[in-house]
Amino acid sequence: MSTNKQQVSKEVPFRGGGFTHKPIIFVGPLVFVCLIALLEWGTSTGWISDLTLPRPSGVAQTLVDLYNSGLLFKHLLPSLTRLLMGSIMGITAGIAVGLLIGLFNLVRAGALPVVAALFPVPKIALLPLFVIWFGIDEGSKYALIALGSFTPTVVATYAAIDNVDRGYIRMGQSFGLSWVSIVRKIVLPGALPGILSGLRISLAISIILLVAAEMLGASYGIGAYVLEAGSLYDLERLFAGVFILSVLGVIINWFVGVLEHRLLSWRT
Amino acid sequence: MNLHINNISHRYSDVNVLENINLEINQHQIVCLVGPSGCGKSTLLRLIGGLEKPSSGQVTQIGNPPENSINPLTYIFQDFALLPWRSVYDNISLVLEDHGIAKKEIKSIIDDVLERTKLSEFANAMPKQLSGGMKQRVAIARALSVRPAVLLMDEPLSALDSQTSELLMDDLVSLWDREKFTACYVTHNLSEAVRLGHKIVVLSRRPGTISEVVTIDIPLNERKNHSEALDIKQKYLWNLMREEALLADKELINVN
Repeated sequence: MSTNKQQVSKEVPFRGGGFTHKPIIFVGPLVFVCLIALLEWGTSTGWISDLTLPRPSGVAQTLVDLYNSGLLFKHLLPSLTRLLMGSIMGITAGIAVGLLIGLFNLVRAGALPVVAALFPVPKIALLPLFVIWFGIDEGSKYALIALGSFTPTVVATYAAIDNVDRGYIRMGQSFGLSWVSIVRKIVLPGALPGILSGLRISLAISIILLVAAEMLGASYGIGAYVLEAGSLYDLERLFAGVFILSVLGVIINWFVGVLEHRLLSWRT
Repeated sequence: MNLHINNISHRYSDVNVLENINLEINQHQIVCLVGPSGCGKSTLLRLIGGLEKPSSGQVTQIGNPPENSINPLTYIFQDFALLPWRSVYDNISLVLEDHGIAKKEIKSIIDDVLERTKLSEFANAMPKQLSGGMKQRVAIARALSVRPAVLLMDEPLSALDSQTSELLMDDLVSLWDREKFTACYVTHNLSEAVRLGHKIVVLSRRPGTISEVVTIDIPLNERKNHSEALDIKQKYLWNLMREEALLADKELINVN
């Protein structure tokens, strides 16, 4: 191209970039530290009244006392047992029912409406009923947590099975694989990513319901501890309990992450 | 073992997909099915291998498959259908595990097919580490491992770039040269058809009927040296199909 006018030359402006995720490690902890420092400063100067929020150092002291007195494990152990038993029952049953719904049209037709009806029911509302059915002891607590983690597991499992590439299944059939082999070697591994991400939700719901389950007839347990602190308006103990529940959630999330890393190494 | 397709018609709800298809797939022959997209050639392949039931007519096996054949009618899919959570070795062993074969024999079969497809060093690779061409090689190895009587290939090279598919075509020719397998090969690519087909079946647009059967007598391994003769065949096939495409065009205009 040749013109007698002077040619203007300029760099093409960059318009790409952005909209991607980059991990920035230190920001997360920094936000926590800043928030806690702000609270500490606010409560110690009286800018925040001690009726609204407890002092973080007070909460920390409560936690230390709790540990030193040995009460921490007295509360933690029953809670962990309830959480473990309840969610193992709920998740096992949930995966089983989810599989059946995913694999058999008849079960799907029959069970899906039931699950849909059960899902939105606030399980806490059923607690008095569970006390009658399973007793005021551990039984009703297990049942509440189990039912709470059951429904999301069912939904996650059958959705995961529905999402398994039908091409793989057709491949299995074309090579004369038995039905059992197709389920065990193709459908289950293919559904595993979806089942595991459902597990995160189910376990979080289990923690929420743990506190609810300990509302009735529990003298020990993190939930009982939090509720007692709440009714006495002991903010430091309340927040100490909430902190423990939060840590519990983080640990469970990490555990599912490890599980995913182990079982789904083929994905990355 | 030969396959006879007797008067097959197939319909999905109220759409006629295939009508009165009669075809013979004879031993040691590669039969190519070509036709415009949507003519039902992939459906026909699924009917031939028993993955779908035809609305009428049937596919019959003439003669028994060889004694040692593990899965007489074996597919090779366009999207490879390799399980991403299994290594190359395990993907092949998957299709052998269900047939009561001893572990040791499974291993020797897999070693042999990997050797034949030049994949031995990739036995432990995961599918996502492989290029498209390598994935299809694995799928071919998997298909060979069950000693098929008839290979049913559904556009096996369509998902690959043209250089890779050229290489794989050579591989298929040399595989066929070593042991004359029987195959039904669906493709929309006419140059693949004239390179690999002993018999090329041209299907018309929906409802799919056989509009012509073209045979090519040049041996597969000599076809590269007869490019002119193949060109003439390919042009001839294209003329047949182009009319179909033009007809389809007019149909659409009539609808509006």
